[in-house]
Parts: sequence; C-alpha cells; structure tokens
Amino acid sequence: MQPESRINRIIHHLQREWQIYVMLLPTIIWFIVFLYKPMYGLQIAFKDYSIFRGVAKSPWIGLEHFEYLFSNDQFIRAVWNTIKISALNLLFGFPAPIILALMFNEVLHATYKKTAQTIVYLPHFISSVIIAGIVITAFSPSVGIVNTVLEWFGIDSIYFLTKPEWFRPIFVGTGIWQEAGFGSIVFLAAIAGVSPSLYESAVVDGANRWQMMWKITIPSILPTIIIMLIIRIGNIMEVSFELIILLYQPATYETADVVNTFVYRQGLQNGQYDFAAAAGLFNALVAFVLVMVANTLSRRYSRTSLW
Amino acid sequence: MLNWNLYSRGDKFFAIAVSVLVGMFTIATLYPFIYIAAVSFSSGFAAQAGKVVLTPIDATVEAYKYILVKPEFWISYRNTFIYTIGGTIVSMLFIIPGAYALSRPQLFGRRFFNLFIAFTMWFNAGLIPFYLNMRDLHLLDSMFGIILAFAVNAFNIILLRNFFEAIPSSFEEAARMDGANEFQVLWKVFIPLSKPAIATVTLFCIVSRWNGFFWAMVLLSSSEKIPLQVFLRHTLATLSDDDEFAITQLEAAYSAETVTAAIIVCSIIPVLLVYPWIQKYFEKGILLGGVKE
Repeated sequence: MQPESRINRIIHHLQREWQIYVMLLPTIIWFIVFLYKPMYGLQIAFKDYSIFRGVAKSPWIGLEHFEYLFSNDQFIRAVWNTIKISALNLLFGFPAPIILALMFNEVLHATYKKTAQTIVYLPHFISSVIIAGIVITAFSPSVGIVNTVLEWFGIDSIYFLTKPEWFRPIFVGTGIWQEAGFGSIVFLAAIAGVSPSLYESAVVDGANRWQMMWKITIPSILPTIIIMLIIRIGNIMEVSFELIILLYQPATYETADVVNTFVYRQGLQNGQYDFAAAAGLFNALVAFVLVMVANTLSRRYSRTSLW
Repeated sequence: MLNWNLYSRGDKFFAIAVSVLVGMFTIATLYPFIYIAAVSFSSGFAAQAGKVVLTPIDATVEAYKYILVKPEFWISYRNTFIYTIGGTIVSMLFIIPGAYALSRPQLFGRRFFNLFIAFTMWFNAGLIPFYLNMRDLHLLDSMFGIILAFAVNAFNIILLRNFFEAIPSSFEEAARMDGANEFQVLWKVFIPLSKPAIATVTLFCIVSRWNGFFWAMVLLSSSEKIPLQVFLRHTLATLSDDDEFAITQLEAAYSAETVTAAIIVCSIIPVLLVYPWIQKYFEKGILLGGVKE
C-alpha cells in the first residue's frame, strides 16, 4: 500500500497547494524554452549542421570543429585577446573602484561628496552604443578632442581606433570611466560597516587619517575586496563584447577580437553556425569551470572570514 | 567621528588633496558628456576642424533639425518605449509570482527548482544556439519575441526570492486566518512589504531594456521595429560613408559628427530625467544583489 499512499499524498498536496505551482509554471517554461532548449541545441558543435535538416537530423561529425578550431590562428588569437583584455581589466579596472571608495570616505563635505557620487555613478546607466559613440567622436582624427589636445602639444593627430596598439588601452580606460564609480558602491558599503570605535581608539593613539586608512579601513574591507576579486577572476571569459563589436574594425582585430566577437562574426555574420557554436561552447565551458572554482573559493573564504 | 576641528594639519592637507582628486575624477567623468553636447550644438565645419573643446562653436541647432524630422528616429524612439514598458511589465509578471513560489517552504522540489534557475547564471549555451532557437520559434524580426525572450533572468528572480524569504511568516498569518489564498497573500502581504526589492528589480529591467542593443540588432531586420540604440548604431556605422548625406552636408551646418552627437544627446535625456529616481533605489539594490544564490 506504500506507493498508493504516496500518490495520495501527492494528490492531496497538489489539491491544497496547486496555486504556487501555477505561479511557478510560467517561469519554469520560460527557462526551458529560452535557456535550456539552446543547451540542447549546443550539440551542433559536434555536428555538420544544416539549416534544412535542423538540429536533431544533422549528421554527427565528432570533434572535427574543435580540431579545426584549435588549429585556427584567429581563434587562438581571440582566446589570448580575451585573457589579455581581462588581465588588463583586472590590473587597472579592479583597483579603481576601491581607490575611489577610499577617497570618497575621506571627503568631509557631505554635499560635495553626494554630488560627486551622483555624477560618477551615471555612466553605468548609459548604453554601450552611446559609450561607443562618445569614444568614436572623442578619438576621431579630425574632430576628436583627444587629437585637438595632442595638437596643442605639437603632436601629430593619431587615428586611434585604427591602431591595434591603442585598442586595449582605450577599451580598458573606457571601462574604468564607465564602471569605477558604480563599482565603488560595494566598497563604500563595506567601509560604512567598519566599527567607529576602531577609529576612535586610533584617534586616542594619535594616528592620522592616512595611517587609519591603511591600518583600519583597508584591513576591514579586505574580505569584500577578496570576494570581489574572486568573482572578477571567475568572470575572466566575460569581456563586454558588445562594446568591442561597436569599437573594433578589421584593422584592430589583431588586439581587439575576443572569443565572443569571433563567435559573432563566424556564426551570425558568416553563417558558420556549427563551427561558431563549437567556439562558443569552449568559451562557456572554460567560464563555467572558472565560475565554479570562484564560487567554491568565495564560499570557503567567507565562511572562515570574519563575516 | 570625522571632525574637521580635531584634524591635525597633515590630516587637513590629506583631506583637501583627496577632495581635489575626487573632484578631478568627477570632472573627467562628466566632461565627455559636456563635450558631446557642445559638439551637437556646433556647426559641422567647426566640429570637423576640431575646434570644439567645452562650449559650442558657431552655435546652431541644424544637427537636431536634421535628426528630429527623420521619421526613423521617432519610430525607433517609440519602439524603445514599447520595449522598455512592455518588457518590464512582462518581466514582472514572470518574476514576482516565480520568486514567490520559489520562496515557499512547502514547494515540492524547491531545491531542484532553485538549482535549475541558478545553473543558468553559471552556464550559458551562447550566442549561436540562442539565435537558432529564436529562429526555430519563429521569433526573428518580432517585437513580441524581443519582449518575451529577455523577460526573465536568474539574477532578478534570486534577488527577489531572497527578499521574500526574509519576510517573517507572522506577517502572512493574519491573512491566512481570513482564508486568503496564495495569490491574495502575495498581492496583499508580500508585494506591499517588498516595495524596495521590487523597485530595484523593476529598475534593473528598465535599464537593461532601455540600453539593450545587441540582440535587437541581431534579431530585428525591419527598420520599423528597431529600438533607438540600434538606430543610433546604424547611424554611427553608416553616416560618414553615406554619399547622400555627404552631399547635403556640404550645404548645411551639420556633419556626421554633430548629427551623431545630437542623437546621443536625445537618447541620454530620458535617462537623465529618471536618474534621480533611479539613484534612490540602486544603492540599496546593488547590495541586495550581493546576496547570491
């Protein structure tokens, strides 16, 4: 009688609680249709995909796309570019919001501080198309303010966006301009959580603000810094490729082309869906492993750390 | 704690130096916007000669006249409003009930469903399978497709679910006593108590809809369906190579650069208008979002 009573229990449960399942159903269906079904479609990375045969009926070809991928110079270049751009982002883009938050913390004038914060958060809410429009205008050889300023110093104008060596500095710099302010919010919140008594006793000991920043503020927000760093490392494969698509051109592919822009060009522009899906799958798998490692690390760290 | 009168001379110097640095960074953040606005109001000739630095040179509104009479501009502007408002409403219709159901302790398979949703934050099929799926669903070049396909994401659901879970059950007991069903409990108890979290998620939806361009560019082919961002991108990419434009520009007081700048200004203005309201919520919101999984 065990199975029957179990079925009865389920029926009884559904009779009583059917409403929450009705609430959940649309979301679950949405996830299946728009996120899980594409995962099923990933099999074309191992197939000779044809639009007419569809995903299921296209013939399997094993690892052919991957073999071609790893012998493809453009793909290897895209992987390296992804890592290099992320590394630069980490090196310069990661400390920027921390430094900004520490500086905000030292500003005494409340209105001045609030105004500055309001302004530096703003670029985060501006679309990448507009950001690209601003960058293209500002760096243009004839119109751009950057070249105008260079001319004041007698330097010949440079067509920055066609120069491979300039792409990464411009891209990373734009990222800092857009996100450093907004990124500082997390660190400011951490600073706000530091116990005032620590500062009070430091004042009694005769410490100055500079010493307090190094001896109290920074050690206190270190857990937040480490967690944010781990998250950043987990997202190394996620370069904001939308902005790259808007800023790069064939002349700068050499330094600008990342895996996702490569996938976009090969797949959506040239119609090599199966090959591009293979490149995308490689990216997704590496990203998955990194995120999992980062999650484990941050969980372990936050359990042993003070909060 | 921070008291200027107690500061030593060194501390005062430090505070002033830091304030100056903050001011410089703030000006550097603001400057590109001022520069673009100045370009948009300058004559095409002055802009192309690289004369614009801070204020408009040979001030003119020709670039705005050029853009504001274009029907494509207004159509794309209207479309952006449709995607933003329609998309946000559809998002909330999925997210609020979904998050509520996931927060209920009696939900059978709750752990499984939560993992089912969180997994999509860690692994994504990528551009190509998503695109082919949209084609198979006949949602290419469809406004409905854009609204539906980007309605939900795991992060927003989890954010709201965490907030619902933190509401003590004592709040719903009175409603339960009165015989309220789940829909009524959600509507009368949870939604009023979760206004800050719901506002935050609404804000995330609005911002991502307003700014969304990549998939709109890839999925939409009819010019009467594209949002403002795609129109802007199209203008950025083609204006300087457009022969017809090059000819009219010779007689007019605008250039590709001033027209581009004018479109940028037009698309930033609505963001600036709602920004004070946005700011009220996002500082709280980003911290709510810090609680993952």
